[in-house]
Amino acid sequence: MATAGLRVSVVSADKDVWSGEARMVVAKTVEGEIGILPGHEPMLAILASGNVRVTIADGSQITANAEGGFLSVENNNVSVVASAAEIVE
Amino acid sequence: MGAQLRVYRQKIRSAQTTKKITRAMELISASRIQKAQARVAAAAPYSRAVTRAVSAVATYTNISHVLTTEPLIVERAAIVIFASDRGLAGAFSSQVLREAEQLAELLRSEGKDVAYFLVGRKANAYFSFRRRTPERVWTGGTDAPVFETAREIGAAILESFLRDASEGGVDEIHIVYNRFVNMVSQVPQVVRVLPLEIVEGVAEPGANEVLPLYEFEPDADKVLDALLPVYIESRIYNAMLQSAASEHASRQRAMKSASDNADKLIREYTRLANNARQSEITQQISEIVGGADALSDAK
Repeated sequence: MATAGLRVSVVSADKDVWSGEARMVVAKTVEGEIGILPGHEPMLAILASGNVRVTIADGSQITANAEGGFLSVENNNVSVVASAAEIVE
Repeated sequence: MGAQLRVYRQKIRSAQTTKKITRAMELISASRIQKAQARVAAAAPYSRAVTRAVSAVATYTNISHVLTTEPLIVERAAIVIFASDRGLAGAFSSQVLREAEQLAELLRSEGKDVAYFLVGRKANAYFSFRRRTPERVWTGGTDAPVFETAREIGAAILESFLRDASEGGVDEIHIVYNRFVNMVSQVPQVVRVLPLEIVEGVAEPGANEVLPLYEFEPDADKVLDALLPVYIESRIYNAMLQSAASEHASRQRAMKSASDNADKLIREYTRLANNARQSEITQQISEIVGGADALSDAK
């Protein structure tokens, strides 16, 4: 449980957009913003329109656009899934 | 005799032109199949993620959702058939249509009405030849499917699923497509997509077990509402990609055997043509010799 980070994968319908280790994931669900740190309880949330911010191990940030998708957390595995997800530069 | 030689030469030429076409199609399919396979592989993480999520909601909550509960009486069932747009792919379209016919037979024997949704021009041609009217038809792009088409099909079948059977809706949806096993084997596959039966990924908790704490945002019902169309789309998209890969594999095989056959024909006709030419020459010689003999005897 106490492993260093989260394994994050951003997946769109036709490809694996991004995957890797991360320290924190911040996403905006239909009920508001949520931050996920390692050890988060299992969760499944519908994403509101908006970006998902992933803070990776070295502290830099990656922003993914996952409109109309969902977010699932299970055992430190975070998947951001949307039919048209992409990394925003 | 000269006429026969000409006929053989013509047949050789015609086999050669056919061979050029079939060889070209074989090579095109062979190059596209790699891409189609890569697309199947690339879409796998998405469908895995969606399936896991749906399984999680379905198994970790006690809610019964309209899409997951079995209707008491099934009056009408729909079959979605994934065939190809173009022929010359061996048994590709016919085997999936045969499978669909068997399924329809089975459903009718259970007292269900059958409605058809067709993908691909070949399926449409099959139906219009038999004067049967499908519910809806999508044509074009079966060899390189795009997600938008999957979304359109998903929306259409979901819409008819949510309508009452008395108003032309359906209570059950099956899809029939060619599953890509490997380059030499593509198997027609029947899957019931609605109502859902989800067994993948997550272990089913026992009847009296406490459900693991799973948080849903906003709540399980809404999450399921949003997830199910996505799940259907991903299943359909997957079927389309598999079908496309199978189509290319099947066409490559069919065209390879056609090219081989053309080769064989060319060889055979070449032999016959050589025979005909030789006997023509032999006859000419004997005619000349016979003529010369007759002339010298007459002197």
